[in-house]
Amino acid sequence: MTRLFEYAPAPESRSIVDVAPSYGLFVDGEFVDGSGAPFKTINPATEEVLSEVATGTAEDVDRAVRAARRAFTRLWGPMRPADRGKYLFRIARLLQERAREFAVLESLDNGKPIRESRDVDVPLAAAHFLYHAGWADKLDWAGLGPGPKPLGVAGQVIPWNFPLLMLAWKVAPALATGNTVVLKPAETTPLTALLFAEVCRQADLPPGVVNIVTGAGDTGRAVVGHADVDKVAFTGSTEVGRSIARAVAGTRKKLTLELGGKAANIVFDDAPIDQAVEGIVQGIFFNQGHVCCAGSRLLVQENVHDEVIASLQRRIGTLRLGDPLDKNTDIGAINSHLQLERIRQLADIGEAEGANRWQPACDLPERGFWFPPTVFTDVSPAHRIARDEVFGPVLSVLTFRTPDEAVAKANNTTYGLSAGIWTEKGSRILAIADRLRAGVVWANCFNEFDPTSPFGGYKQSGYGREGGRHGLAAYLKGATE
Amino acid sequence: MTHALDPDAPAAEIPPRREPLAPYRDVTRSDAAFRAYLHGLPGVDQVGAEARTAVLGTRSIKTTAKAWAIDTAIAMVDLTTLEGADTPGKVRSLAAKARRPDPTDPSCPPVAAVCVYGDLAGVAEAALAGTGISVAAVATAFPSGRASRAVKLADVRDAVANGADEIDMVIDRGAFLAGRYLDVYDEIVAVKEACGDAHLKVILETGELVTLDNVRRASWLAMLAGGDFIKTSTGKISPAATLPVCLVMLEAVRDFRAATGRQVGVKPAGGIRTTKDAIRHLVLVNEVAGPDWLSPDRFRLGASSLLGDLLLQRQKLRTGHYSGPDHVSVD
Amino acid sequence: MSTDRLAVRKTYKLYVNGAFPRSESGRIYEVTDAKGAFLANAAWASRKDARDAVVAARAASAKWSGATAYNRGQVLYRVAEVMEGRHAQFCDEVAAGEGLSSSKARAAVDAAIDRWVWYAGWTDKLGAVLGGSNPVAGPYFDFSVPEPTGVVAILAPQRSSLLGLVSVLAPVLAGGSTAVVVTSKARPLPAVTLGEVLATSDVPGGVVNVLTGDAGEIGPWLAEHDDVDGIDLTGAPAGQAMELERLAAGGIKRVVRPPAEEPDWSADPGLSRLTPFLETKTVWHPMGL
Repeated sequence: MTRLFEYAPAPESRSIVDVAPSYGLFVDGEFVDGSGAPFKTINPATEEVLSEVATGTAEDVDRAVRAARRAFTRLWGPMRPADRGKYLFRIARLLQERAREFAVLESLDNGKPIRESRDVDVPLAAAHFLYHAGWADKLDWAGLGPGPKPLGVAGQVIPWNFPLLMLAWKVAPALATGNTVVLKPAETTPLTALLFAEVCRQADLPPGVVNIVTGAGDTGRAVVGHADVDKVAFTGSTEVGRSIARAVAGTRKKLTLELGGKAANIVFDDAPIDQAVEGIVQGIFFNQGHVCCAGSRLLVQENVHDEVIASLQRRIGTLRLGDPLDKNTDIGAINSHLQLERIRQLADIGEAEGANRWQPACDLPERGFWFPPTVFTDVSPAHRIARDEVFGPVLSVLTFRTPDEAVAKANNTTYGLSAGIWTEKGSRILAIADRLRAGVVWANCFNEFDPTSPFGGYKQSGYGREGGRHGLAAYLKGATE
Repeated sequence: MTHALDPDAPAAEIPPRREPLAPYRDVTRSDAAFRAYLHGLPGVDQVGAEARTAVLGTRSIKTTAKAWAIDTAIAMVDLTTLEGADTPGKVRSLAAKARRPDPTDPSCPPVAAVCVYGDLAGVAEAALAGTGISVAAVATAFPSGRASRAVKLADVRDAVANGADEIDMVIDRGAFLAGRYLDVYDEIVAVKEACGDAHLKVILETGELVTLDNVRRASWLAMLAGGDFIKTSTGKISPAATLPVCLVMLEAVRDFRAATGRQVGVKPAGGIRTTKDAIRHLVLVNEVAGPDWLSPDRFRLGASSLLGDLLLQRQKLRTGHYSGPDHVSVD
Repeated sequence: MSTDRLAVRKTYKLYVNGAFPRSESGRIYEVTDAKGAFLANAAWASRKDARDAVVAARAASAKWSGATAYNRGQVLYRVAEVMEGRHAQFCDEVAAGEGLSSSKARAAVDAAIDRWVWYAGWTDKLGAVLGGSNPVAGPYFDFSVPEPTGVVAILAPQRSSLLGLVSVLAPVLAGGSTAVVVTSKARPLPAVTLGEVLATSDVPGGVVNVLTGDAGEIGPWLAEHDDVDGIDLTGAPAGQAMELERLAAGGIKRVVRPPAEEPDWSADPGLSRLTPFLETKTVWHPMGL
């Protein structure tokens, strides 16, 4: 009997998902044709075409915004708050009931491991609707000023890294506070948003309350730039965030931005090393590193550097890369060829600048977009891989000697979304957390999310919060937060 | 066989302190040094450890992997009976099952050992002669360990004399929790000495140590003292073997080998009842300590009812339909 | 009789980093009262003065944001105390600059002093009112706290030279940020006097930097400055706000847009001017044995 424990393939069945050959836009409660040229969405793990999806033009967006405005004025705005809440509860339940379907579809369209779509994305998306459902008729007690009122129509543009979850982060608070929405999913991952449209119909959500307009950058610009949009919410790159902030300048549109990051994950010499190593792995390899709050800069105290890196490398060697639908896969596919090229380019620059590239022995599938988990050691704060967001499974390791140096290096970035601290000393955690310029600080953990917990950045990682009481303010008139 | 006990004698009987392996030679030079060493081990974050085992618990082990895992688990079982009502007949019956767990299928591997109280080790040895299956005996005033060192050592010698190949000792949790680490260490060294050629499994009784920090310290203490295996539990205290405890112990043996070159085994015991539990442990071994520990020499499952479920699942895989309890022999 | 004495005419200076420098540009401009009569010369701040002010504000940030809320509250209250001592001077300057009756000027000065008191009391309440613990579904203790944004540029209201100024400045300080203020161009004297008050109160140098001059000229430099974290455009010249907001977008600055017209500053401000320059930090920690 061999002594090797080879896990047999354990693929989740695709049969639960019925992907249509083509999809239209979801406007005013109906699926309608888009006026633009349809685009193909592919499975990044195989490059297989999954479906053809409509492109919404400025006219389509206008139709969607008008539908949203009508729904806001006539129905959703005046509706009893408790009833709005009940619709959200319905949606939450439907997401739970159709969880496996959503998970499989998300993994197909995005390339993320089914373990994550099943255990993180979909349950958290449902949790966001559940959480916000309860707020709908309790806004007076949210501490956001007297008699908070909805803004009107929210234009929302979301990224491809957590397609359904980011939809939930946007749609749930908007609806709970009485707004209606026009949402544009990312062009590489439109399918779960379109399945969500079906859920809206299943929940008998009134037409026009949620409109989903697929397309690429032009469609997004049309949503952001539409004159009758009262609120713009965007999650994505800092570059696009800047252009959106410019686009809404001088208007009455309320803007929230959740942008890039280059989070420091600080490991002190007294850290629980095994859990810190898990946290490092969770921080940078979760979702292939396609995470704005990824712990992409490991700051490790110099006196434990070798020990931590050895443990980390051994641990990375156990990661299982491959078929996203296999239940034992830890690292799935890179979402798109474009992103893969960017990761390759930055990794090559890292090497050219003199950092040490390490990758485990790892067979990459022949088709699809793949990048092995990668660790750069000997990284200096001046290297581009220490400054630029890679948005991939690439970790840059830097060292520090004292807490002051750790804080200085951690804050030495234009971003400020998140950070991690690993130490057994409680007072040090609080002191370092206090000094880090980051919106979310995970101490002795990383990449934990919850609808009750506000999420968002300092500095060029954006402004506004999503989740918790704070997140409601983004969708309420004159809300003081 | 009987031993005369002289309660005043033991100090003279305890051999001089044996030093641990390099590079840890000096850590036992004093109480203070040993305490400083053990308390200097990296802490364990309980939530992080639980999160890790929860993720590993989602590994989906199917078809060929499952078949391999079931046979491997069977071969790792220390088939155990530790009851006041144990009799020679019960032990012989258990031994028979250990040799041929599934009488209908000769391809089913035998278990690793039969684990009994020391006074019944001879019965087990006779019943298992020539099979390669080990006789494990619990000793050292199992399960509480509350007896003088002389009694404990006598208990060990008795069991070895009765034919035990493996001794499952309990550490002095009272001494450990009181911070008298060197006492605990010395006792393990003495027991190891008393074992002679028999392998020593050191039961930490993690349910009484409570924290994972203590589990890590006790694991290192036991390994430094010369234990061949570290074992979670007596099975008499709840909780017994849990995945986070096993995780921490597997990390300890992994790190200990990296530091000293000596490979210590791990034995979770108590509370592992289903095939699913067993496979989760094997996944843990595979991904935490590594494949080198995936053999009965290095990993055991202390259990009594587990074997029945492993056999049912094995039959299901072999025949393609579900089996039932009457198709597996009772102990 | 009173006209016998020849007045001592004053040329005011900037207030930067706790000192009173002239504009590096050497420029000054004449300040007149509402009827056009000469009041004083004011320094005409340049982009380099703005640059120096930002450096000072950044340098002061760590200490000011790190001070206890209790301490910050007392420092702000001290500003009110010192202002009270200069009550008459403020009244004269407000009356002259804004062309108000003495009773209306007094009301404005009273309200401005009271506004410091109001914000002084907020410093140690913000954490409780805007922060809290979040009941996450897992074994974690998770809490959110409001923290200062950092360095905030303020284009102060053009009309309300004291009450308006205090209404936009005090909340920034109460939240723990430091400020670079561009005063009302035509009515800078109360701001200058406020600078003198700040210098003689307990506000550390650099926490507030007062630039007299033209918001239209300095505003773009501040809006685009990479080391400015937020900008209040309340006093932006008409027609320029959109351009300033665009410039601020480059650095993802927090922006307070100008109101359509200058509001009634005597109204209760609520939290509306505190929260724009506060960040919410959320900290997670596992709970285990």
